[in-house]
Amino acid sequence: MKAADLEELLAAKEIVVCCGSGGVGKTSIAAATALVAATRLPGRVLVLTIDPARRLATALGLDGIGNVAHQVPPSVLAATGLEPRGELWAAMLDTKQSWDELVLAHSRDEESAYRILDNRLYHSLTSRFVQSHDYIAMERLYELHSGGDYDLIVVDTPPTRNAIDFLDAPARMAEFFAGRLLRWLTLPYRVGGKRGTRVLNVASRPFYQVADRVLGSKFLEDIAGFFLNFQPMYEGFVERATAVQALLSDRRTTFAVVTTLEAAPLHEAERFCDELRTRGFHLGALVLNMTLPASLLSRDGASAADALVSRSAELAGALGEIDDEALSDHDRTARVLRTVGESFRNFAVVAKREAELRTELQRVPDVVLDVPSLARDVGDVSGLAEIARHLVGTISA
Amino acid sequence: MGAGPALLDRRLLFFTGKGGVGKSTMAAACALLAAERGKRVLLVGVDAKGDVAAQFERPAVGFTPREVHPGVFAMALDTEASLREYLRLQLRIPVFGRLGPLARVFDFVATAAPGVKEILTVGKVCWEVRESIAGRAAWDLVVVDAAATGHIVAQLGAADAISELVDVGPVRAQTAWVADLLADPAVSAVNVVTTPEEMPVAETIELVARVRSDLRVALGAVVVNRVLPELFTHADEATFAALRHDGATAVLEREAGSGVRAVLDGASLAVSLRRTRAEHLAHLRAEVDLPMLYVPYLFVRAHGLRVTRMVAASLEAELGL
Repeated sequence: MKAADLEELLAAKEIVVCCGSGGVGKTSIAAATALVAATRLPGRVLVLTIDPARRLATALGLDGIGNVAHQVPPSVLAATGLEPRGELWAAMLDTKQSWDELVLAHSRDEESAYRILDNRLYHSLTSRFVQSHDYIAMERLYELHSGGDYDLIVVDTPPTRNAIDFLDAPARMAEFFAGRLLRWLTLPYRVGGKRGTRVLNVASRPFYQVADRVLGSKFLEDIAGFFLNFQPMYEGFVERATAVQALLSDRRTTFAVVTTLEAAPLHEAERFCDELRTRGFHLGALVLNMTLPASLLSRDGASAADALVSRSAELAGALGEIDDEALSDHDRTARVLRTVGESFRNFAVVAKREAELRTELQRVPDVVLDVPSLARDVGDVSGLAEIARHLVGTISA
Repeated sequence: MGAGPALLDRRLLFFTGKGGVGKSTMAAACALLAAERGKRVLLVGVDAKGDVAAQFERPAVGFTPREVHPGVFAMALDTEASLREYLRLQLRIPVFGRLGPLARVFDFVATAAPGVKEILTVGKVCWEVRESIAGRAAWDLVVVDAAATGHIVAQLGAADAISELVDVGPVRAQTAWVADLLADPAVSAVNVVTTPEEMPVAETIELVARVRSDLRVALGAVVVNRVLPELFTHADEATFAALRHDGATAVLEREAGSGVRAVLDGASLAVSLRRTRAEHLAHLRAEVDLPMLYVPYLFVRAHGLRVTRMVAASLEAELGL
């Protein structure tokens, strides 16, 4: 599928996954993308955010709310001058709660569920296992999508060290639960029958020899015990993880890669684009966020800036013909003119670096969107609306 | 301002911060600054990206430290290599060849069990410091390009966390000295890198509070990166506003060419960017009472060593060296 612009892309897909390295503005772009859908297309769109700034969460009505989706009141959207055609809903990801729900859903009965939920290892596994955040985000996406309540879901991705990690999360989770790793860990205890009697086979012996010395056997027993409790759920987990994986590569899902025009995030974004292609995922759009305006590259601008710096006194004198108190002190005016010219030159250097990086962008998707550095922070719906306008307005096909 | 010892007089400096704020650059600049003052510095990258050597225009480094700049030795930590060394040095278990599946199982157990993976990382770093203090290794300073704000507390708190879970065993015995080394304010400090933007500032405030409540490690400084210059004084601002009026702009266009509008627009953008950032900076100052080091936004086209040098020069000026 080729999409000429974002609107077409959003009309054709059911899921948009926004990804990119930390600090590039994924969360705002995801929210603004959902806003574009709600104002341009009929139907119900949900933005699933992971870790929004407090003000943005407040703006979307997500204060102190866990996993529950809330509609952003149409009046809030209308106040920004954007006429909503559909409904905008927002939800936040509560990792802990999502895991709890998953365990409850897959357990045979409540008692076995609580045996897991109350285990001291459970908490650290779900909250510290970084990959578990990745997995649970995708799992929650699956849940929301299969619920059938939304025409489009735009999802933010967790701030990971490596943006690609979350793509592997479902597969890794399935592999882990189905795999040898876990059998190794629990087998000695299962064979032994009752707890505490450990029977080691040839394969697991070296591991336990090292692990015992490092961690102590009591601790290993705790871990094995935990996973034995988990065992009745394995099948459901593996099935689920496989389904989540399938959803990511489904043609109804597309990815929007967000980056700034700085070397490191851009490099990461390119790697990510390649990776998506290799895995056969649909790369829908590349969003270049917080870019500097093209006017900083203009030759006319450069020569005017030169004039302001080198002929500041003369220009300050010429401005004397204007009857304005603020321009009456020529020295001051000259100083301001120099500063203005120098500032332009400074930012022009950065704009040129950005332009260079932009031309180096190879193998980009059909849709490349530019969102300029905004004069203020995006902390409310009207800020999102401003981004949304740029997302719709700046198409370089 | 700073009650503790000066930044570079410590033996172990962690640099953390939200992703994308310039942790690696700051850690490298600090290492460079110390090396220029005659110190022998070990720069440790904890992220798997191999960024530390890139700050000196050198190819990625591995687990064995390599000199990437006079006086600066860089290494990248990885769990398997740390585990191997840990087993060999601490527990005297030799491991031959790759750990392979064993490492994967261990990797998992380490991930599931709070603190195990972290203790390998932070344990290795602390070990280098301890050996140096004892005169068996030659590092005057160990600088760590550490985990991001989300993970640093788990990493530095690992030694304490693990003793709660692992009742006996050599790991527990080994963690006590790590915890003590980290808790010594004359030796170790955590520095938080941020930018004057909303999310990095929010995370910094949160992290400083968490470090104080959850950890025994001293906080060093907050390094504010990419600070935009203040263009105008209050009075100058009125003059700039007057230049934006049609009449004045027309005069300038006549005298300096049609590009004047773009130049004035550029300055307006610079002013408003600076203004929103100043608000975040004020918020940060109000909430965090640590020494602040300001590193200006660099209007350069270069990166790599050139940027590391420029940042080091800014830090030097800020530290009053």
